[in-house]
Amino acid sequence: MTNPQSAISVQSVSKSFGRGDSAIKVLQDVAVEIGTREFFTLLGPSGCGKTTLLRLIAGFEELDSGSILIDGERVDHLPPFRRPVNTVFQNYALFPHLSVAQNVAFALEMQSLSRAEVIRRAGEALEMVRMAAFANRKPSELSGGQQQRVALARALAPRPKVLLLDEPLSALDLKLRKQMQIELKQLQAEAGITFVFVTHDQEEALTLSDRIAVMQGGRILQLDTPRAIYERPSHRFVADFIGDINLLEGKVDGGAIQLDCGASVAGNFGHAPGDRVTVAIRPERARLAKSGEGSFAAEVMHSAYLGTATLLQLRLADGREFLLRETRIGEGAAPPEKGSRVSVHLPDSALQVFAA
Amino acid sequence: MSAASPLRRMGLVAPALVIVLALVGVPLAIMAWVSLLERGATIGVTWDSAPSFANYTRLAWEEDFDGTMLLNPTYLIIQLRSVAQAFFTTVLCVLLGLPVALWMSSLSKNQRDIAVLLITIPFWTNLLVRNYAWLIILREDGAVSHFANAVWPFGPVQLLYNDTAILIGLVYSFLPFMILPIYSGFEKFDWRLLEAAYDLGANRRQALTRVVIPLAMPGIIAGSMLVFIPSLGSFVTAAILGGGKSLMMGNLIQLQFGQSRNWPFGAALSVVLLALMMLVLVGLALWRNRQGGKI
Repeated sequence: MTNPQSAISVQSVSKSFGRGDSAIKVLQDVAVEIGTREFFTLLGPSGCGKTTLLRLIAGFEELDSGSILIDGERVDHLPPFRRPVNTVFQNYALFPHLSVAQNVAFALEMQSLSRAEVIRRAGEALEMVRMAAFANRKPSELSGGQQQRVALARALAPRPKVLLLDEPLSALDLKLRKQMQIELKQLQAEAGITFVFVTHDQEEALTLSDRIAVMQGGRILQLDTPRAIYERPSHRFVADFIGDINLLEGKVDGGAIQLDCGASVAGNFGHAPGDRVTVAIRPERARLAKSGEGSFAAEVMHSAYLGTATLLQLRLADGREFLLRETRIGEGAAPPEKGSRVSVHLPDSALQVFAA
Repeated sequence: MSAASPLRRMGLVAPALVIVLALVGVPLAIMAWVSLLERGATIGVTWDSAPSFANYTRLAWEEDFDGTMLLNPTYLIIQLRSVAQAFFTTVLCVLLGLPVALWMSSLSKNQRDIAVLLITIPFWTNLLVRNYAWLIILREDGAVSHFANAVWPFGPVQLLYNDTAILIGLVYSFLPFMILPIYSGFEKFDWRLLEAAYDLGANRRQALTRVVIPLAMPGIIAGSMLVFIPSLGSFVTAAILGGGKSLMMGNLIQLQFGQSRNWPFGAALSVVLLALMMLVLVGLALWRNRQGGKI
């Protein structure tokens, strides 16, 4: 199944660390096609195999079975220095004995380009990340954000077909991270190459990606656009991992789902009677009930005014917490007081139901 | 620390200064003074003789019977040989020690501890004894000699009592002093830098020469000093494996203070040896400064 459109084609790749009984399966039969110029994100909690998959593409690990193709050419037997990919490492891995310019020129020198060409292209790469003024500094003399930019320039300078980014923003503080996210996206558009981005930060993944692969336990659970993953998660894990979500457990009872908190939801959502299920709803999709709507009662534990919305932390009849992000409070009406009782409505269209 | 007055700081440093001055400075001064005196009839030095540089002149010239100075290269050759031996010892130790240190750092924690132990084990035996062991290993009818003669196509190989034997002995003696500092540098080495080098298109050789060796430089320099300086002054190895035929400066100095009972000349030789070592240290310091003080 070689897709000629794919920049990267990962075909039934498996990888274990260790041998015999103590072997840990890090990747199990993973397949993914990454398109040209796509901003593709591998998202998942630590230990899900996302970094291992990236390292397999880069060539730092050898796969146990399967194959990896870049631009239609099989690369899984090639050493890292023969693969048309470059990596931005988590802690940048800048060469401490070389200046910023020498770091960026490193890959160009390895390609045995002429001295003038090396200088010109290293200068261009530094210009692209607005670090030209720091060319003669040593990496130790730069801030985290500046080192990040140099690492990007160094990886982009040899014009790879694919740029691999291993949690590149995780070492930066929040404000800088937001700023670098925007710059990354712009850089990708400018450079016009495929980005494969590894992160455990779901918000970052949603902001940046064209498509996201959500990974858990060495498998890809869902592979789709950020919007689809947020709105139509395929697994309970995905729903729980991406954004805030309320997970209500219950049982299918005829044509309805009887929730443990006492409320019930109409429809069985394709599950057989008697099945245990989890009903998921985003805090912003649930709302305070108008009169006449199906609703259930909850007690207000905490009410936080967020400017654009009010976040209500509720307690259900069975003691579970429920988050509700209400945007219509504040148009004259005061938000519910702490300790007061409210009615919550769950619109059918906002519900996701998973087998428990 | 900024609150401490200069006087108080001096007070804290004073004990160390006194010890260094009394146990290093004073003996060195005495040695330098003795090197300017004449030898004595019984105790090796005539304390009340007029100071002169005669002993230094003797290093290269000797007075003929008619008073003209003739060039006498004997001592110069010994000095040159010493410097050459120390230099080649250092180079060989770098060539052998770097791969070993690199390999050690790739081991697991437990294996590393064992490797460090194995490398330090020779120190448990006296250097003299270890050199005698080499005497047996390299002896004419030994296995090593037989092997060397079998593979060496240019006539019979004499392994003992020559410069080669001394070089082997010196490399063996000082190799741990090269391995350990390089290894300790590699222990802190960020191996992702090697991955970064591969990632950026460097093959194994380029990664080694462009990233690993430059970053190992502090260890290589430290190791080189630890090997070169004692090699230059060593005398046990040359005495045993050189069979007394191939002298090094250490042997010469030992001879002057021992059999020859010529302390002033021995002192002059020691001053020259010291000057050579200082030269190397200053050279290294200058070279490091030129590298921007980063390593």
